Formats: sequence, C-alpha cells, structure tokens
Amino acid sequence: MEQKSTGTVTVKRGLAQMLKGGVIMDVVTPAQAIIAQEAGAVAVMALERIPADIRAAGGVARMSSLELIAGIMDSVTIPVMAKVRIGHFAEAQVLQSIGIDYIDESEVLTPADDLYHVDKNAFTTPFVCGARDLGEALRRITEGAAMIRRKGEAGSGNIVEAVRHIRAIKDAIAQLTVSPKEELVARARDIGASYELVKDVAEAGKLPVVLFCAGGVSTPADAALMMQLGAEGIFVGSGIFKSKDPKKFARAIVDATTHYTDAKVVADACRSLGTADAMPGIDVRKLDESELLATRGN
Amino acid sequence: MATNPLVGVLALQGDVVEHVAALERAGAQAISVKTPEELARVAGLVIPGGESTTVMKLLDRFGLAQPIVERVRGGMPLWGTCMGMIVTARDVADMKQPTLDLIDITVRRNAFGRQNESAEVELLIPALGRKPFPAVFIRAPWIERVGPSVELLASRDGHGVMVRADNVLGTSFHPELTGDPRVHAYFLSMVEAARAQGKASSAA
Repeated sequence: MEQKSTGTVTVKRGLAQMLKGGVIMDVVTPAQAIIAQEAGAVAVMALERIPADIRAAGGVARMSSLELIAGIMDSVTIPVMAKVRIGHFAEAQVLQSIGIDYIDESEVLTPADDLYHVDKNAFTTPFVCGARDLGEALRRITEGAAMIRRKGEAGSGNIVEAVRHIRAIKDAIAQLTVSPKEELVARARDIGASYELVKDVAEAGKLPVVLFCAGGVSTPADAALMMQLGAEGIFVGSGIFKSKDPKKFARAIVDATTHYTDAKVVADACRSLGTADAMPGIDVRKLDESELLATRGN
Repeated sequence: MATNPLVGVLALQGDVVEHVAALERAGAQAISVKTPEELARVAGLVIPGGESTTVMKLLDRFGLAQPIVERVRGGMPLWGTCMGMIVTARDVADMKQPTLDLIDITVRRNAFGRQNESAEVELLIPALGRKPFPAVFIRAPWIERVGPSVELLASRDGHGVMVRADNVLGTSFHPELTGDPRVHAYFLSMVEAARAQGKASSAA
C-alpha cells in the first residue's frame, strides 16, 4: 500500500501556488463560468450575487445554493471556489463535503460570528481569507488559511482600498526584515500575531502563503498596478460581469495580469476594450461605516 | 563557454519562482520565460504547475507555442510538471483540449480527484535510486496511454505519473514544492547531455 496523506499544509498551500500569475473571477451562472474559463481564468468563485449586487441588495448574504455551486463545478475544468460567512464552520463543512476546491471565508457575506473565524486547520479543503494588514493576514494563517487576499472594498469598482491594503502589508513585511531579532517579540505583540510566524516572515521577507489582490479591480491597468505592487494574482469580482462587455474585459484583464510589466501588452489589452465602459465605481469615502465590507472580521 | 546551463521556466502563469529556486539549488542558472526572445536564450525549458486551459490559450495568444515546438523538435530538453505535462502531451482523454503534442502520451486531467484528494505520496522512482521521492500531487493528472517511444519512469496505484521520451520529461507531481532536488538534477543532466551533443544550441 502506498503512504498517502491528503489535506496537508503543502497540498493546501500548493494549489494556491499553482494559481499564481492568474485571474480568479466571480461568476453567478455556469454560462459565466464558461466565459471566464475561455478568457483564461485560473479559477472561478461561484456565488449567487456578485459583491456589487450584494451591496445593492442589502440584507443578510449567506453561502450560495448548492445547486448553483454544483452546476458551476460541472461546467468547467478549472478549480471552483465558494464563499462562507466569517466564522460559519458548518457552511464550510457543507462545502467541503460537496468537494469544492477552495473555501473563501469572506467579509463580502454577512459575518456569522463577530468574534471568531473558522478553525481552518481542521479542514482538508484549503481556505483563502481576506486581510487589510499583516497582523490580520498572520492571524488567518495561524488559523489555517492557505492563501491570503487583500480585502480591498468589494463591489466598489474602486482600487484605492486594495492599494492601501497591499502597501500596508508590504511595508510591514519590509519593516520586519530590517528589525533586530530582539524587537520581533514586541512587533508580534503589536500586530497581534504569533511570534513564530513573525520570525518566519522577517527571515523570508514574504508571507508563507500566496498573496492575491481583491476588491476593486475593474480595468486591465488596475490589474497591472496590483501585480506591480506585489500581488501574486488577482481576484476580479464585479469588474467583469458588471462591465459592458464581459468577454472582452475578462480576456483583457487576464492578458494584463500575465504581462503586467510590459506596458505595450497592457495597452493592447486596454485598446481591445474599445469604448466599452468599465463598471461604474463608488467613492469609498462616501460610503457609510455600516456599508463597508472590509472592516468585517478581525 | 563552460558555464552552468541557462534553463528557462515558462512564466505565463503558475508556480514559476518555485522552479527557478529549485533549478538554482540544483546548480543551474534559471530565468523566467515570457517571450520568444527569452526562449531563444535558454538551453532547456520547464513548464511549471498551473492551469492547462489558461496556459494553452496564453501560449497561442502571445506567440510562444510554435517557437517552443520548434526548439523541442530541434532537441532542446523540456520538462513539464502537472499542467506542463498536460500541455506537452499528444492528447487529453475525453476532452478536446488543444496541446503542443511533444510526447506520445494521453493524459487524464484531475484523474486523482479534485483538491480534497490532493496528496503527498512516497513514490518509488527507480531511475532516481532506492530512496522514495516525496511526490506532491495537486488536482493531478495521470498518464493513461504511453506510446512505444516513451519510457514509463514511475507509477502510482497502477497509473503512470512520470515519463520520458528522449528530450522530453513529464511528471504528474511537483518536485519544485519539496526540498528533494533529484528530479531537477535529473532534468539538468538531460540539458547537459543535449548541450554536449550540440543539440540544444539556441539561436543566439
């Protein structure tokens, strides 16, 4: 008999490593999932409503219907992710049981627990979680997250929060790498993260898991900006299927993500959109505190 | 010049930096390859793990498919891991997915299952010695058919997971995610051998 172990840290983090340099797209129907795959998406996030519509609809946003998720899983060969509410481990158990490839414990849905997140180490299925800063990212990794995405402000069509979050994480990591060893215990305390992880990040100069950007990407140039700022890949939510021409936007964002340092390719991607409009955006400063999604979770 | 060989890692999408680091640990110089100009510089190419549907589209869109096929048919060593092996195979079982057709095998995608079945397995690879190899399988394909010119180097549960035909190597698993350098060293020996025979010389 072969020695085999599933659900290890290596295979959970490993799938995210395979997605690097790629674009993960929010889809609400099998037809959209096929458009995403055809455009070159590396994975899709199956959900009932994209963040812009969740934002518009208000009320309580929960895990999507299993029929919808299963339909999307059957329609594409790329990995399929789905969201659970923060702290809702029973929703996560359900998604694991139907064989979803990645679970997003997401602030875009209404939190189920205002104090605690899911113990993700207890699952075979890997988790991705949002973070605004290094401390939040490391707390999620301690709980077992195998991938981190910057939160951004989902469904806003506005890149400013995603930029703020990636700069915060990158700056904090850079600061750790030049901190003398005796300061690391205090740094860990300051950001509310485990000393062991803080020490690892200080030595490696990077997170131990893959870091994607999310929230507010709506044009090819947005994608190139985030990649140049150090994102290892892009989640696009409302940006594609809220645009005037989803097929073209999907492909253009994939191309710009692949060749993010080549302004000519990014320009071609922008040009391919012709006069099609990106999704309408929101000035995040004008959102009421209660409307902000990124502040959910701790 | 007798320097270490320059090996490229196709960098359209996937776990590129892991392969670059593993190649460097095994003694090669390594660069990422996104353009035909970069491809022309290297003496061997690794196609990493990633999503095969995505990368096939990007290979066509950015004009890399034909140059890779020409270099490999001219003798340049190529190693595909997981997605990379799917992309280099002759065909994909039960799918109309296009491939580069550089090795006479039929692969089956996600054959070991979805992510919950992804696993670490101690794999016997006789060509690498008696010590088992720590093989990491992630939504991995297996090799369903092996052509007469192809040597099967390892199997898991009766399914082929490592093959070689002359200058093309394929693995279902990800040696770049482990600290064990033996498969990278094996590929570098293919690159050195091709260089000694003058096969892998680039346009430069």
